[in-house]
Amino acid sequence: MSEPLLAIDNLRTEFHSDDGSVAAVQHLSLALAPGETLGIVGESGCGKSVTALSIMRLLPRNAGITQGRICIDGRDLSTLTEAEMRKVRGNEIGMIFQEPMTSLNPVLTIGRQLAEATMLHRGWSRREADKRALEMLNLVRIPDAERRLKEYPHQLSGGMRQRVMIAIALSCEPRVLIADEPTTALDVTIQAQILSLISELQRKLGTAVLLITHDLGVVAQTCSRVIVMYAGRKVEEATTVDLFANPLHPYTRGLLGSVPHLSNGTVPMDARLTEIPGIVPAPGQIVQGCAFASRCTLATDRCRAEEPPLVEHTPGHFAACWAVAA
Amino acid sequence: MYAYVGRRVLGTLPVILVIALVIFLILHLSGGDPAAIIAGDHATDEDIKAIRDKLGLDRPLAEQFLTWLWNVVQGDFGISIFNRVPVGTLILQRVEPTLMLTLTVIVFSIILALPMGIAAAWYAGTWIDRALMALAVLSFSLPVFVIGYGLVYAFSLQVPILPVQGYRSLADGIGPFARHMVLPTISLGLVYTALLARMTRSSFLEVLSQDYIRSARAKGMASFQLITIHALKNASVPIVTTIGSGIAVLIGGVVVTESVFAIPGIGRLTVDALLRSDFPVIQGVILVFSFFYVILNLAIDLLYTVLDPRIRY
Amino acid sequence: MVDIAALQPRVAAGRLGKLRRFAWRNPVMVFALLLFAAMILVSAFAPLITSFDPVQIDPGNRLKSPSWEHLFGTDAFGRDVFTRTLYGGRVSLAVGAAVAILTTVIGLTIGMLSGYLRAIDPMVMRVMDGIMAIPGVLLAIAIMSVTKASIGTVIFAITVAEVPRMVRVVRSAVLTIREQPYIDAAIATGTRLHRLLLKHIMPNALAPVIVQATFVFASAVIIEAYLSFLGAGTPPEIPSWGNIMAEGRSLALLAIWVILFPGLFLGLMVLATNLLGDSLRDVLDPRMRGRK
Repeated sequence: MSEPLLAIDNLRTEFHSDDGSVAAVQHLSLALAPGETLGIVGESGCGKSVTALSIMRLLPRNAGITQGRICIDGRDLSTLTEAEMRKVRGNEIGMIFQEPMTSLNPVLTIGRQLAEATMLHRGWSRREADKRALEMLNLVRIPDAERRLKEYPHQLSGGMRQRVMIAIALSCEPRVLIADEPTTALDVTIQAQILSLISELQRKLGTAVLLITHDLGVVAQTCSRVIVMYAGRKVEEATTVDLFANPLHPYTRGLLGSVPHLSNGTVPMDARLTEIPGIVPAPGQIVQGCAFASRCTLATDRCRAEEPPLVEHTPGHFAACWAVAA
Repeated sequence: MYAYVGRRVLGTLPVILVIALVIFLILHLSGGDPAAIIAGDHATDEDIKAIRDKLGLDRPLAEQFLTWLWNVVQGDFGISIFNRVPVGTLILQRVEPTLMLTLTVIVFSIILALPMGIAAAWYAGTWIDRALMALAVLSFSLPVFVIGYGLVYAFSLQVPILPVQGYRSLADGIGPFARHMVLPTISLGLVYTALLARMTRSSFLEVLSQDYIRSARAKGMASFQLITIHALKNASVPIVTTIGSGIAVLIGGVVVTESVFAIPGIGRLTVDALLRSDFPVIQGVILVFSFFYVILNLAIDLLYTVLDPRIRY
Repeated sequence: MVDIAALQPRVAAGRLGKLRRFAWRNPVMVFALLLFAAMILVSAFAPLITSFDPVQIDPGNRLKSPSWEHLFGTDAFGRDVFTRTLYGGRVSLAVGAAVAILTTVIGLTIGMLSGYLRAIDPMVMRVMDGIMAIPGVLLAIAIMSVTKASIGTVIFAITVAEVPRMVRVVRSAVLTIREQPYIDAAIATGTRLHRLLLKHIMPNALAPVIVQATFVFASAVIIEAYLSFLGAGTPPEIPSWGNIMAEGRSLALLAIWVILFPGLFLGLMVLATNLLGDSLRDVLDPRMRGRK
């Protein structure tokens, strides 16, 4: 693997409240190579979004990184001042969010919001920035782009707005794009269009993408590598092909079991979505041993007592599970 | 657009009609003899009879109302009992100081309240927020005249650097005008500032928690740009509404402030009329103030369409 | 088997603990309540706190500045300002309370009818909008100018100015409640209108009404002071806070204490009420929480 563009090393992010601190992410390490697409998968509350916000340093005020490093090109983001960090946001790392309906400012025109990024980071005039904005709208295939520039977000559909968000995120040609559930709020048909748009732009611009999703189908369609997170920890990491062919962690298997297989074009009539019994432990709940043990059919006394380490089972395929290690 | 404006303007007509009706009825349902009230305490029986005939007070109420309303529409607010001058003329003579005081207070309060409210929202939950909001609640709990006399006392005796009485027209130069305005503006402005600062805070708190603020940050926007470009316009509708509705509080305060600082404006006219039982003047003043309030709020209503593109005509 | 009797004290302790935790989480409300109670107590027990007479003139004792004997000094007639302030609280608080109660009763009646009966709603709301457009202090001044000054007319004048806002609050609550399924259920079982309004709608509309009532109280105390101060309020021989300050007007430069101390007392009272209203709103109306 080439030199990583974005590297997270042993990250721990905590939320503070009157009742103490809770780790939303712990012991998380990952590396994103230039031009690569890495997926982070997990149920809601597993720490995916917190990871993204940690990278951007946009955590809510009651949260903070308490351990670990996040480096882009070997530069530790935590050592940057707020002003330096602003030059990273939108310029070196672009980000798109889950809710296209509310992620655009309702009282500013699309053109204005698009132009902002290049005016900010490249010091362009409004005229130059507008030209670029038009170019970007065409790139994300918004029809009648010239007119759209003068419109307000409420005049656009959800899919259109997400295209605009992508255009904004990519207008400074960042080397990393973080996409946090970019298609969750959209209709299924629109979802596929947005995903293929992201893939296409990625190839065209050479952007590395960190795709955060709860949907393994999305991963299968776009990612070359996947990290599975559970309760704030990484439980498995593998290439997409490997993961789907040979899932190691019982949690991953559970997730895969709950995805209907459409790959061979036939859906067996008796195929049932297997659900994983139980729920994710509440954040702050002290868990002894493996966090998944209470929901795992393979759990042993050891699982309940000791947290399993992340072990490389085959080259590039890691899992944190006692049952697999055995 | 024009249809929208037309509809809004027409929509204020019933409100204006109700205002006129209420003001008219106050006199006629008070239980006393309207002619005697209008004639004042020192009137002779002939005076009262003359007024009764002139105003047609023995006619049915509805007819009297329409006659009176017709006169008002033509700018005839009646005649002052005290000095026999038309009420309209009296009000016009006094309009400048009041208008200037009101405008100064509005500008002063907005300049002070916006940063206060924004800072409180930005640092929500911290001691900065608590201190600013405590200050705000405190300043609209004190009556205007207590603040006023406190200032008069301090500046006339302790640090005599500012005039504590009277008014100078802008025509006399900006210096004297400004110096005479300082203390009345502060006394009257604190209440209004407090009102606006509280609304600014809550409006910004709401806006700052929105997704689009996070997207703007993800773009690399600095706090100042975030507040001025992305948050301010979104937060402005409730703030502007409060600027409008707060005018009612402000007008009540104007009457008191003008008395404290001996400013010869409409407020002072009202108090003088009150002490002389000069009812036509009181009636005229209230009509004018209420219309001013309605028109201002109408203007603010129309401003919404500029502030928020989602409000459709 | 669980011994019920043994559980009893724990329940009590639990309730007390709950109360203590509630107080701990709402320090502003506790502060406001204590201040509010203190103001009412010192006014109510004024004769026990001070031995001076609030109205008896003592020409030998004119315009004394604050001292241990006369905490707030004396006025132009030699009366103890501290005593007058405590007694004045009785009048001002009575006016405030009377206006708050009257406004609540009238506002609830008009607001519920208007909110529930679509036929009269537009008409009623136009009238309320009209009254609301007349600045409250001026409306009260106008009413006072055509009536004989008495505490009753002051209460009436301020109530007229305060009712429209209360009607709005009640109406908007009723509009939401009207759409709830339990109202349909009540109608379906043949509940009569007055019963429907009193038993089903009113209890659910009370939270915002109580909050608004505290603001009406605060506003009434201030407007009473304005009216008296301008000479159109409570008859001058009755020492309300406004009247005490009105008498101090001409002497403001000589004896600021005659205005300042009653003014601060009034300010504290209004502050307590406003804080109480704010914290009540935060507790009673979850939608408003954190928005203030």
